[in-house]
Amino acid sequence: MSVHALEGSGICADGWQSLAALTDARIALGRAGSSLPTRETLRFALDHARARDSVHALLDPGPLKAALEALCGACLQVKSAAADRACYLQRPDLGRRLSDADRAALTGPADGFDVAFVLGDGLSAEALQRHALPLMESLWPALRAQGLRLAPPVLAEQARVALGDEVGERLGARLVVVLLGERPGLSSPDSLGAYLTAAPRAGLSDAARNCVSNIRPAGLAYALAAYKLGWLIEAGLQGGTGVALKDQSEADPAYLHLAASLTRLAAL
Amino acid sequence: MAFSTTLGARRYVFPDLRTLLARASPPRAGDRLAGLLAGSAEERVAAQMALADLPLRHFLDEAVIPYETDEVTRLIIDGHDRQAFTPVAHLTVGGLRDWLLSPAADSLALAAIAPGLTPEMVSAVSKLMRNQDLMLVAGKCRVVTRFRNTQGLPGRMGVRLQPNHPTDDARAIAAAIVDGLMYGAGDAVIGVNPATDSPDAIVRLLELIDAIRERYAIPTQSCVLTHVTTTLELIRQGRPVDLVFQSIAGTEAANAGFGVNLALLEEAHHAARSLGRGTVGDQVMYFETGQGSALSAGAHHGVDQQTCEVRAYAVARRFDPLLVNTVVGFIGPEYLYDGREIVRAGLEDHCCGKLLGLPMGCDVCYTNHAEADQNDMDNLLTLLGVAGVHFVIGVPGADDIMLGYQSTAFHDALYLREVLGLGRAPEFEDWLQSMGVSDGRRLLPAGARPALLDLMEAA
Repeated sequence: MSVHALEGSGICADGWQSLAALTDARIALGRAGSSLPTRETLRFALDHARARDSVHALLDPGPLKAALEALCGACLQVKSAAADRACYLQRPDLGRRLSDADRAALTGPADGFDVAFVLGDGLSAEALQRHALPLMESLWPALRAQGLRLAPPVLAEQARVALGDEVGERLGARLVVVLLGERPGLSSPDSLGAYLTAAPRAGLSDAARNCVSNIRPAGLAYALAAYKLGWLIEAGLQGGTGVALKDQSEADPAYLHLAASLTRLAAL
Repeated sequence: MAFSTTLGARRYVFPDLRTLLARASPPRAGDRLAGLLAGSAEERVAAQMALADLPLRHFLDEAVIPYETDEVTRLIIDGHDRQAFTPVAHLTVGGLRDWLLSPAADSLALAAIAPGLTPEMVSAVSKLMRNQDLMLVAGKCRVVTRFRNTQGLPGRMGVRLQPNHPTDDARAIAAAIVDGLMYGAGDAVIGVNPATDSPDAIVRLLELIDAIRERYAIPTQSCVLTHVTTTLELIRQGRPVDLVFQSIAGTEAANAGFGVNLALLEEAHHAARSLGRGTVGDQVMYFETGQGSALSAGAHHGVDQQTCEVRAYAVARRFDPLLVNTVVGFIGPEYLYDGREIVRAGLEDHCCGKLLGLPMGCDVCYTNHAEADQNDMDNLLTLLGVAGVHFVIGVPGADDIMLGYQSTAFHDALYLREVLGLGRAPEFEDWLQSMGVSDGRRLLPAGARPALLDLMEAA
């Protein structure tokens, strides 16, 4: 044992701790011998525990459904063909399909809708529970104001992105937006993703979609995400979604203005 | 051709080679998802018994994916070295396992037969091997590669320094590189995964890493892990490209999903070598693979995920790579459900790659929706160290804040070096010593202020 360790905590501190301000990466952690100091193994364990809890937490649909009914007038509820979380994690094919009962029950009007929303738990029910409503509150009235015919939002349990294809097809929607809890990372257990698919129908591949990810206050703010989604919905209804549609919303003066005002707000 | 095993009153029949291989596979989520697993534990052993009796020569007559429709199969068959195969040509799969474990199969003998083995032969024998067999055999394989340093020497292991950042922020990435170097990591490569495909951002990253490497005369290589077509364009522009990176898979259709084919890889290999940037060697390719990639692309043709994976190694070996890395736990629990499946797959991939003559490394990793944790990673890391892994990944604190998964920390590599006495690439080890970071093996205590840090602060 070195003299340094005997005298102090046993931890070799790193001489470059000032660099830690430059990044969220776990740098300059110090070491106990060659290994991570106790405080760092516990910090990591806590973050992993939160991410794990987030993966396995079940969606509590009641409050979100009530809030969506208040905002949108109605809200539908479906389950995928994956019966539980263990099944969901191992059978992605089942998470992409509606349960038999819900498939039979879900139909749209003869003239269909312009846009349908599917709000799914994905890999983080917590993300949906925290961020879906504020995002919808920002997005829904704007779309209504444009005169778009919007299907009642569909709340989906044990859902993967492609579940929206079947829901959109059954509702007769020209475009489906799936809001889904993303796979939790250690630093972001509650990140929401949005996936847009024009002319939805069962069997489409991810190449047919556009994605806006990391929607959460510490990532992409609700107002900016809503602006982006509005931009992509308009473009997608006109020319379709997928690899050919490049998201150029950030070049819009209105987006830049919004981003700047949010930055000013944050600084207050 | 059909295969069968009779156990008591029960007769198990397997209609063709790909079915036999699939039923003989140790259980894992991806094969279950594909409907390829044995229907019972007994059927699995019956398949393993039939496989053990199968002559290796049969693999040259029956392709698991048709020769006519898959360029990877054509590469395997047309590239087969019959002369190298001769010493084991009389063996069955079970006989090959026995021979691999015997003292006759030393490093020289294993290197000599490597071009004579096909991926399917190697996959088959691995299905008859316990974890300790996979470690013992891999440990006897010697694969040495060179670019600016010498990797794969006995008693040594490399680390890829992976300084990823979610917005490709140059200062954040530079800070992570300093952290890794100070922890003695980076001899395999300093390799960053870019968050974006924007060509401008990729040029900035490439030039950032190259500038750090040049300024401190670090005997290692840099890489921005972007698509091969992007790297080709960077080479055309005269940017400082050391290594060409590409994700690859074991079927033509799965590679098409990655936007690559053999001709494109050949072009990139040639282009990067023509730059002549290596100082002690000219191995310029860095490939990544992982079980489940073919299935997730709907391109597995009814072949089990481990056999698909080993076929990817046939693609890799065509281009004489510096580094090959199985990113074993990244794909998620749909393919490898828990720590036990990830550990088994990591050992299989490493051993199969080594048997085919590859510089096989492993990203010992998991995602938060897999049934795995740091203890599982400690197990796999230690087992791979025992098996002589070519290199592992080093990420600050094991937390990749860009890709959102957990890999191994710089600290983890230090742990492995300590318990197994593993050194670094010799040129890099000398450099660390000259910079006051290590005493030639262990990190120096914090009180001895490293010269490297002074240099960095002066910069």
